[in-house]
Amino acid sequence: MQKYSIFSLIKNAFSNHQNWDLAWKDPTPKKEYDVVIIGGGGHGLATAYYLAKEHNITNVAIIEKGWIGGGNVGRNTTIIRSNFMYDENALFSEFGMDLWRKMSQDLNYNVMFSPRGIINLAHSDAQMNIYARRGNSMRLNGIDAVLLNREEVKEIIPMADFSDNVRFPIFGALMQPSAGTARHDAVAWGYARQADSMGVDIIQNCEVTGFDIVGGKIEGVRTSRGDIKVKKIGLCVAGSTNILAEKLNMTLPVEAHLLQACVSEPVKPVLDNVVTFGAGHFYISQSDKGEMVMGGDLDGYNSYAQRGNLPTLQHVLTEGIAMMPFLSKLKMLRTWGGIMDMSMDGSPIIDKTHIEGLYLNCGWCYGGFKAIPASGWTFAHTIAQDRVHKLNEGYSLSRFNTGHLLDEKGLGTKTWIS
Amino acid sequence: MLHIKCPHCGMRSQNEFAYGGDATVKRPELNKEVSDQDWDNFIYNRKSLRGKHKELWHHISGCRQWIKVERDTATHEIFKTVKANEEI
Repeated sequence: MQKYSIFSLIKNAFSNHQNWDLAWKDPTPKKEYDVVIIGGGGHGLATAYYLAKEHNITNVAIIEKGWIGGGNVGRNTTIIRSNFMYDENALFSEFGMDLWRKMSQDLNYNVMFSPRGIINLAHSDAQMNIYARRGNSMRLNGIDAVLLNREEVKEIIPMADFSDNVRFPIFGALMQPSAGTARHDAVAWGYARQADSMGVDIIQNCEVTGFDIVGGKIEGVRTSRGDIKVKKIGLCVAGSTNILAEKLNMTLPVEAHLLQACVSEPVKPVLDNVVTFGAGHFYISQSDKGEMVMGGDLDGYNSYAQRGNLPTLQHVLTEGIAMMPFLSKLKMLRTWGGIMDMSMDGSPIIDKTHIEGLYLNCGWCYGGFKAIPASGWTFAHTIAQDRVHKLNEGYSLSRFNTGHLLDEKGLGTKTWIS
Repeated sequence: MLHIKCPHCGMRSQNEFAYGGDATVKRPELNKEVSDQDWDNFIYNRKSLRGKHKELWHHISGCRQWIKVERDTATHEIFKTVKANEEI
């Protein structure tokens, strides 16, 4: 594989950039693989990469119904954070933060990781107390957390509404300075390129139509481009989890829901951090191009339409304008939607299943993008070793049966309620 | 914007409604032994498929009645709405 560097850039400039290698090949599926990953999103690509890198398993295929970068990995708001209170979520995410910090070097691909900090605004004394508690929990787990008072927040984000007569005045905030954003497409492309270079077949435009299960064991997978014999399948299809679970005769604690995001026209640098509104559900950051990247609530009903509906967008942006009034002057550039695999406690599932050789990775809710490296790493471990890693022990499928839920937000089973 | 025909009030905008989830889920019968699996199926496990979906909506800013709606999860087309105690 061609290494990307300043030297290869200069060299290729002499030939008008006509001779770059393809970032990944377009192979036809083989008859048999050691492992098949279903879903070529961020999680699937990362899983294949870590299978090859950490476990030396390279006879791997990624099967993707659409194209690389066309699903949720290209539809998110690129936020990376580990500001969780529960140990399971905090340790898993903080492990991921380490992988994010090293990712550009590791993948030889600039993922533009920008640890600009996330600020969760608080709008009451009670909320400040809750954030102090969450911050302390984070620090006990080695994650950086800073509790900011109103004046300190004003220093960092002066464009927020600090006037006296607002409905939700800003009391302060919890900040994780090491959180940030990254270039989402680059993450997908970087993992795809490296996985491909180590021998992984990335098979796009290939839909899974069924599974061959004999005596409770995976024997193969049927696809629109032929049958494939395989003993181990990793399922990480995010919003399509329920559809494939149906083909496996499984019913999972997951529902498919629609989440919208949007960007404004590009403006000059105004916002250095990721900021969330504490009296509703709204988050915002500014991309390197200058667009304000915004998102918030789910549309709130089961959906497979990868496009949004106006009432939710209006509701979300109303919160944004309440927090930062200048947003009302901006024109909207694009809005889009993606399908979230909403789990019943708001936390993901990375586990084995009752079918031998079938491994499950789903339930990422709002937080799939930031989890890409840690999810890929632990899922690869789970598949390769046929046992879960300590980091994803808490993300078991059986927790819904045993009652060991990870309800970080305290929403109960209706995580889609907004 | 979805337009939902409330069986009590007529056609209303989505803004008047709150979503209530899968309408086919049945609570296990009271005062009878319930297996863990049945209870999990009631509380957690959902089909959530692409296509026709029977679901509950609450006309919360209207007549405050729960209703049943049959809607396509891919196109959002609404085929039928009935009162909560009617079969869809």
